[in-house]
Amino acid sequence: MSENIWVAAPALVPLGIALLTGLLSGQPRWQAAVSLAGAFALLASTLVLLAYAEAGIILRMSFGDWEAPFGIEFAADRLGASMAAIAALMGLAALLFQLSDADAASVSPTLHPLVHLLLAGVGGAFMTADLFNLYVWFELMLISALGLLAYGARPRHLDATLKYFVLSTLGTLFMLVSIASVYGATGHLNFSALEQVGLQDEAGRLTPFIVALVLAFLIKAGAFPVFAWLPAAYHTLPAPLLALFAALLTKVGVYAVLRVLGDVFSTTPAIVYEVLGWVAVATMITGVLGAAYHWDMRRILAFHIISQIGYMLLGIGLASQQGYVGSIFMIIHNIVVKTNLFLIAAIAYRLTGSYDLRRCGGLYKVRPWLGVLFLVPALSLVGIPPLSGFWAKFILVTESVVQGQFVWAAAALLTGFLTLYSMMKIWLEAFWKKHPDSHWTLPDKTRLAPAYAVTITLAVLTVVIGIALEPLLQFTQHAVGQMMEAPP
Amino acid sequence: MIWVLAIAIGAMVAAGVYLVLGRDLLRVVIGVSLIGAAANLSFFVAGRVGTMIPPVVPLGETLLAPDAANPLPQALVLTAIVIGMALTFFSLVLVLAISQETGNNDIEKLREAEPPPAANGQPVLEDATISEQPDPRALEEGR
Repeated sequence: MSENIWVAAPALVPLGIALLTGLLSGQPRWQAAVSLAGAFALLASTLVLLAYAEAGIILRMSFGDWEAPFGIEFAADRLGASMAAIAALMGLAALLFQLSDADAASVSPTLHPLVHLLLAGVGGAFMTADLFNLYVWFELMLISALGLLAYGARPRHLDATLKYFVLSTLGTLFMLVSIASVYGATGHLNFSALEQVGLQDEAGRLTPFIVALVLAFLIKAGAFPVFAWLPAAYHTLPAPLLALFAALLTKVGVYAVLRVLGDVFSTTPAIVYEVLGWVAVATMITGVLGAAYHWDMRRILAFHIISQIGYMLLGIGLASQQGYVGSIFMIIHNIVVKTNLFLIAAIAYRLTGSYDLRRCGGLYKVRPWLGVLFLVPALSLVGIPPLSGFWAKFILVTESVVQGQFVWAAAALLTGFLTLYSMMKIWLEAFWKKHPDSHWTLPDKTRLAPAYAVTITLAVLTVVIGIALEPLLQFTQHAVGQMMEAPP
Repeated sequence: MIWVLAIAIGAMVAAGVYLVLGRDLLRVVIGVSLIGAAANLSFFVAGRVGTMIPPVVPLGETLLAPDAANPLPQALVLTAIVIGMALTFFSLVLVLAISQETGNNDIEKLREAEPPPAANGQPVLEDATISEQPDPRALEEGR
């Protein structure tokens, strides 16, 4: 039974590191070292967890030995473990990138504790098997995200924080009310117990509550039309934090939707999935069109987060094994690619002096390999074979066609095309055209080695996923199989 | 009893939404915390209300009395109240910081993070790190 303790690691390790870094706030060097070591420890422990999950063992743990359905349970199936591992990897990437001087966050005593609290919230949300506990982890994510947003303390940061606060808090409150109504209707909060209740619910008595719950998670995921908090806030963050937010926060919302509709309440009436599919289509299209308007690289990429969320939701809306596989594959691929794009944009910013495409250029002439490095995640995001994004979209589009949802498939393809437009815009403006300032030269002293190390690793990961596709595909298929099994 | 609580929750949400939709910063965050209080109350109602039997297992028994109060939602609501209090404090400090930094209490005029588009409909240049130069593209095209 002792190996079950690993299941608490994705939440406990970052919580411990947050505490340690908080205590070390007087010694910035030690604090940064402990923080980085903590990120490595988190990654190692989630990989152990992933190894157990891959072997088909679902580690479970009930705190205080109050057995489920009475106690709060943590469980790590393949889906949860893989999400926790990729989240830990992104936390490490962001903290390593922070060592460079490409738009890094200014050092202050609260930075590292807040980052680790955010990671704890994400890890806890992926591990928990209890609805109310999930809400608590969302709140932890919210409050540490607020701290990181307000961290710059300039008027634009404070403005972004306020908008994020109001819209996200209303989302979590809505989540609280819908969890209350699910509890009121079933008397359970534990996922397995709820699954059993859901299977017996033939009259659809629970459906309104499930829909409310999903809507609350969709606010967190940034789906159409409740994504306004995302483009209002994200672009004010420094690059490593922006990459971390982009990688994790919305995906936890998608994960929660997947967990509720794909696993716990998989007997929800088909109309709910159908509506979710149309929401996904609207999310894809509005996200990509929002991106087309902007010239600031951070804003363009922030809107692309929304459009990619659409693809993930599309897979859930398809409500089939293949759809869920596509959705999970999309989440894993997108976390890597999206983080990388934000980080490469930060390198471009460091070299050209601006995030605004109207004010940068000339990079291809002086740094041709940076251009290649940008094209790998950019083309993967678009979905060009053999990169990882192609397979994710291939699964989703094929499944849409198989189910006869031709409009959904067409929307997914159109969104890919418009994504290409945005990526080519960044490529042409930042890399290909001449720099608008004729006196522009590369900055003298840069510390970009950690930034290159992180971005190249992530780019290689994208290529590897695309070429050696089979293991990951099999893993996601097994994960979906495990998810769709009846409760014990 | 439950109808009284239901009406109270409805009234609180209505008042909260009214405040959130207002233009005054302080009113907005007070509205959010009011809605939070309504959410907490609704969680409380999701248990059982109206019973006067305390949730204590009598001596010699192993189960609660059938009509006893439900302690679980009460414990959960306590958690939610604590979280809500932290968020309320944060938001009050945030409002204070915003009105001190910008001298502005009107949420409509608070466009620091999302400036309105320029006269030509394009997004404005907002990089603070670069000295303000005229946009070369705009000059070329004679806008």
